[in-house]
Amino acid sequence: MTEENLTTDTAQDAPPPPPQQEEASPLRLVLTLGIAGALAGFLIVFVYVATLPIITANKAAELREAIQLVLGAPDQFDTLFVVDGELREELDAGQAPEDFDQIYPGYRDDGTQIGYAIQAAEFGFQDVVRLIFGYDAETQEILGMLVLEHKETPGLGDKIVKDLAFVGQFVETTTPVAGVKVGAGTGAENEIDMITGATISSRAVIRIINNALERLNPMIDAYSGGGSR
Amino acid sequence: MRVTTPQQDFTRGIWRENPVLIQMLGLCPALAVTNTVVNAIAMGLATFFVLTGSSLLVSTFKKLIPNQVRISTYIVIIATFVTVIDMTLQAAVPDIHKELGAFIALIVVNCMILGRQEAFASKKPVGRSLLDAAGTGIGFMIALLILGTFREILGSGSVLGFSLFGSNFEPWVVFVLPPGGFLTIGFVLLGLNAYRKRRDERATALSPAVPQEEAA
Repeated sequence: MTEENLTTDTAQDAPPPPPQQEEASPLRLVLTLGIAGALAGFLIVFVYVATLPIITANKAAELREAIQLVLGAPDQFDTLFVVDGELREELDAGQAPEDFDQIYPGYRDDGTQIGYAIQAAEFGFQDVVRLIFGYDAETQEILGMLVLEHKETPGLGDKIVKDLAFVGQFVETTTPVAGVKVGAGTGAENEIDMITGATISSRAVIRIINNALERLNPMIDAYSGGGSR
Repeated sequence: MRVTTPQQDFTRGIWRENPVLIQMLGLCPALAVTNTVVNAIAMGLATFFVLTGSSLLVSTFKKLIPNQVRISTYIVIIATFVTVIDMTLQAAVPDIHKELGAFIALIVVNCMILGRQEAFASKKPVGRSLLDAAGTGIGFMIALLILGTFREILGSGSVLGFSLFGSNFEPWVVFVLPPGGFLTIGFVLLGLNAYRKRRDERATALSPAVPQEEAA
């Protein structure tokens, strides 16, 4: 009895179908959705084409700013592509730049090289941490570090961005970087004090830098060696 | 069906049938992205745009949409508006777009929006539907603003990025994290229901002639 009542109630709540539309043919159903989809697609393509240049420009500006910061305001910078384990200045025709990792050597006006800006990303505490750092291949020192994207815990893990003391430590640290607990350092030049309460996030930043250098160092050596000779 | 005036269509969504605070619809974005006032405003505006746009189209073409595929068609319309606003935000305010992340795309599945199409726009004239959508959208925005303001003040000690308490304030971090969203909406609803209960009781006491209607 109760169940029957329930069913009737629900049936009454449901909106009654408009009677004049009950006999819609399958063709009409398909046409309606097809036309709606086509119009939607057209509109989206239109907006996509209109907004794409702005979005690309925004991203390029953001990257340029980051390179300025981690290389200490170079006068100009190049783009190198990581292709099959070596650095190349130009891509072959038909290769899209965004398919390859890129590193950016920065120069002073007189042609001396400051170092390379390197982007790298790996898993942090909650999600991928993407950062960029400046690296002087000759002295093997880090010139600066900036986290570009992260989803670490606000108030704890996000100190890898907001704790300026932590971020500042990377300047002139030698590589490979070693993370130490606050107060446990021996004063060695490759030590970074990790953030209390954000150990995993700090460790992730250090690991990202070390892994990227391990991967790229041979390529950088090969590239600059070949260039000077 | 209850007969309403155009004015009622508009004001109903703002307060008496507020989508978040009364109907409990659209809670996912209301909890997820209200950790700062700016995010709340951006989310509110994006949803407002999608809701009014969809209601306009659905109401205009309601006679052309066969009953059997109406929901799919509404979703196509809503998804189109969401994609448009997604790309527009990414171009115009990249920082805010980064903060809101996937929740912009998730406006598609905000049941408040589909709910308005099914319950109102698909049956009523265009003008009424626009009023209803605008009212509901404003109501949604108000709810998000209330949550966002509470959470930013308690969780970051600031409003719209301006610090309120100086450097001695220790932020109550939990309020910018997901649990803070649940806590905040819990307290807001507690206050709101206490107020409504007291108001109803007072109304009953003042007019004893119609107590049953008031209670219902």
